[in-house]
Amino acid sequence: MAFSLMMALSIAVIAGVGAGLGLEYFFGIVLPLAAVLVFIAGVVWRVIGWARAPVPFSIATTGGQQKSLPWIKPACLDAPYTSVGVIGRMVLEAVTFRSLFRNTAAEMRGEGDEPRLIYWSSKWLWAFGLLFHAAFFLVLFRHFRFFLEPVPFFIPWIENLDGLMQFGVPRFFMSDALLLAAVLFLLLRRLKDPKLRYISLPADYFPLFVLLGIIISGIALRYFAKSDVASIKVLTMGLVTLNPVLPEGVGTTFFVHLTFVSVLLIYLPFSKLMHMAGIFFSPTRNMPCNTRQYRHINPWNPPKKYRTYAEYEDEFREVMAEAGLPLEKQPEEEK
Amino acid sequence: MYNARYVIPALLVFIILITLPFWVNVVTPEYSRPELVLPAGAEACVEPVEYMRAEHMRLLNEWRDAALREGKRVYTSSTGQVWDINLQNTCMHCHTDKAGFCDACHDSNSVDPYCWDCHIEPGAVTGASGNGGKQ
Repeated sequence: MAFSLMMALSIAVIAGVGAGLGLEYFFGIVLPLAAVLVFIAGVVWRVIGWARAPVPFSIATTGGQQKSLPWIKPACLDAPYTSVGVIGRMVLEAVTFRSLFRNTAAEMRGEGDEPRLIYWSSKWLWAFGLLFHAAFFLVLFRHFRFFLEPVPFFIPWIENLDGLMQFGVPRFFMSDALLLAAVLFLLLRRLKDPKLRYISLPADYFPLFVLLGIIISGIALRYFAKSDVASIKVLTMGLVTLNPVLPEGVGTTFFVHLTFVSVLLIYLPFSKLMHMAGIFFSPTRNMPCNTRQYRHINPWNPPKKYRTYAEYEDEFREVMAEAGLPLEKQPEEEK
Repeated sequence: MYNARYVIPALLVFIILITLPFWVNVVTPEYSRPELVLPAGAEACVEPVEYMRAEHMRLLNEWRDAALREGKRVYTSSTGQVWDINLQNTCMHCHTDKAGFCDACHDSNSVDPYCWDCHIEPGAVTGASGNGGKQ
């Protein structure tokens, strides 16, 4: 954890100091554009890697009654046996995390001297995981005001909904606070539970710290250490028109924020965060539960060499006839 | 590659979605900072221009709290000048063109301030404005 924290802090320091030393062109233009390229190429590379991997067995998760005899009711979503069912289960998994909803936690509970080990439903991870993903999506979606001109009509709608409380100027967005709360929960969850802390690696902490860096610098940029937002839009529009400009009036906080985002984009394809594409390549979720109806052929099985009885009899017909064995086709009489 | 007929379209959709801002901006005209209608005849705003660009919303928020919640109507700027805390008579005495000054930049950056839920643009009703708030 300390290592990941140091890494994330050094990103902030490098970006802050670098931008202060006059490397704004690198941190504001070169790094973000390179990050987008690495992100796209990395995702394509990972996805093609998964798509090339054969699936030897039918290992779909059965979360309910499999389709069998007509008078036994199958679980259409939890053991889907049609493509529609598989797509339905996948979409609901991606949007509502149904499998995480079934999460259980092992706890010692009980009265007095006799605590018992109990596996009980634990919805915290599901709730905060869902909150994190929804808030992150909202925040990302809102940012498209910096990349589109004119700003599409639905972005102000979302902003007005998000800032419905009209708290402060610039108006306070609820998704900012919810996102921060969700990431802090995900981090504290790892730190609080000794079992979870034991199995947590730098690859688990680093994304959380980078996300925290993005969120904290973003909140600071909006509410505390402000930059001229019109200048920032000139810079971001320069990036998406591939016509980069570096306007005056863009503060250090912005470069720290942008560098954290670039680091996340570069890191994402090579990290556990690729679950965003990997979920669709999980054989346990993208295969139908139809093993009773269809035989799954392992794609790397060598082609089978068959020898039919007819071929066998053709080879040994004379010998078999001599031995008096029954034959399907009698040897031709020599004339 | 397995399931190429699903994977390749999905990858194409992903790439198009990620690069959508780049494609959209190929057809839109080149972006430049919105041209603002600056007040004629005024030398300086209540605070320096760099501060106003980044922090005017905070100043306005503080002015609202000072005027409406604390009844404080006098603001001393960092340059030592004294101003009357008043959006319609101080700010909009010089910045008379709301559409050309406020809205031009706000619209371009998708900012929808709720100032105008209560305040009225000068000239919208009577056409009069105050003394500029100078004391």
